[in-house]
Amino acid sequence: MKAPDFSYEKPNSIPGILSLLEKDELECQLLAGGQSLMPMMNFRMATPKTIVDISGVSELSLITDTPKAIEIGAMVRYCELQDSDVIQKFCPLITMVIPHIAHPAIRNRGTIGGSIGLSDPAAELPAVLLALDGKVEVSSNKGIREEPANKFFKGIYETACSSNELITKIILPKALPKQKFGFYEISRRHGDYAMAGVCIAQDQDLTVRVAFFGVAEKALRIASIEKVLSGNSDFSQSIIENAQNAAEDIQFEGDMNAGPEVKKHLAKVVLERALEGIK
Amino acid sequence: MMKTAQITLTINGEKHIEDVPVRMNLADFIRTKIGLTGTHVGCEHGVCGACTLFLDGVTIRSCLTLAVQADGSEITTIEGYETDKNASDLIKNFHTRNALQCGYCTPGMLASSIEYIEQGNPADRELVKQHISGNYCRCTGYQAIVDAICTTIEERQN
Ligand SMILES: Cc1cc2nc3c(=O)[nH]c(=O)nc-3n(C[C@H](O)[C@H](O)[C@H](O)COP(=O)(O)OP(=O)(O)OC[C@H]3O[C@@H](n4cnc5c(N)ncnc54)[C@H](O)[C@@H]3O)c2cc1C
Ligand code: FES
Ligand code: FES
Repeated sequence: MKAPDFSYEKPNSIPGILSLLEKDELECQLLAGGQSLMPMMNFRMATPKTIVDISGVSELSLITDTPKAIEIGAMVRYCELQDSDVIQKFCPLITMVIPHIAHPAIRNRGTIGGSIGLSDPAAELPAVLLALDGKVEVSSNKGIREEPANKFFKGIYETACSSNELITKIILPKALPKQKFGFYEISRRHGDYAMAGVCIAQDQDLTVRVAFFGVAEKALRIASIEKVLSGNSDFSQSIIENAQNAAEDIQFEGDMNAGPEVKKHLAKVVLERALEGIK
Repeated sequence: MMKTAQITLTINGEKHIEDVPVRMNLADFIRTKIGLTGTHVGCEHGVCGACTLFLDGVTIRSCLTLAVQADGSEITTIEGYETDKNASDLIKNFHTRNALQCGYCTPGMLASSIEYIEQGNPADRELVKQHISGNYCRCTGYQAIVDAICTTIEERQN
């Protein structure tokens, strides 16, 4: 189908976007890459009165290398993340993950802010943000705040960013030389949304963070698995088995691909494969 | 509040200035306002790939992009591939390898194939399959399409 009728605005500054979002009567919805919003509008699942295109603000498209962190503007597209030397060097998990998100033509448009702002349970980047323990910079007319990853994702398509707010940046700590990362996902076809997937980060002090996607109502870290894995420099078969047993703690949710029992099985498979491939 | 907008864009080297309803997607704009019907529309939610074309040198889904978002851009559709060397070699090999039957997927399939070759990728069947995984073909079974892409790359190397 076609998108329902709406009005269109394309502000050229962040304050311009924020002042539109303040006007509740406009029922604004932000348009970034459109790779989820346009399908939802064509299906008439989303019927916003006003579309606010945020691609006219160049500062939202910057990748900035600061002494402590890599700051990624919300409007940075997947293809730009893939081609960025700074990302490859300081956020190698992103470089590992991007080829698994959708297809080239969709990666040429879709953005990091759109993926984080949508919180699709099967999307990769929310899990990346959790595994890297990053932060989300959220702006509104009232000011700017930073929301830690583990407080940001609330549920299916639900985040800590309200309808009057704009995600302006994703802030990720820089990878250190001895940090290691793992990633694995299972999908029916290359580029499809994952049936189950996991992102893993191991810090220099052997703290491990494990974030699943595609298995529950949102991307989520599992403390019991992290506890089993933390403190080990290598993952023996028995450690992996203990971690897989701890995966039983996840509140599995089925989707149109698979029920909770299948998800539980797949979660254990992706966990093992990601741990075997960690580097 | 804006319900229609005037946009200026270049399609296959030709400049167009048009008034469009803001809710019109780029595929419909190109097909109905410009009259170039080579761009096909299948699913209108980004899944089938039939509407894939080039915007500022990269492939996009024209069903998931509003015409108003393409203001100021350069578009290349299948009608503009004639002058492109990669495209004309691919078109020749699509013919000889029987990489199309009904042809519905072909405009989008060619766009993805051209991008694969332009990026300097190898004649590796697995990589080709990954690259075109976002383009559905209900006729050929894909093997002939992968053949055509790999043949084009191999001919280039010889
Ligand atoms: C065929 C197909 C396959 C796909 N496969 C995958 C996949 O395997 N994995 C995956 O992760 N995704 C997949 N996607 C979705 C794709 O990654 C989207 O690009 C992404 O989910 C949204 O990013 P976007 O920039 O396109 O956002 P949009 O579609 O423009 O927006 C999405 C939502 O986020 C909100 N939003 C956008 N920007 C901001 C912001 N700065 N602040 C606050 N809210 C904001 C919008 O209002 C909207 O509600 C697929 C899409 C398609 C069509
Ligand atoms: S019509 Fe655009 S992807 Fe199917
Ligand atoms: S040739 Fe008929 S869909 Fe591909």
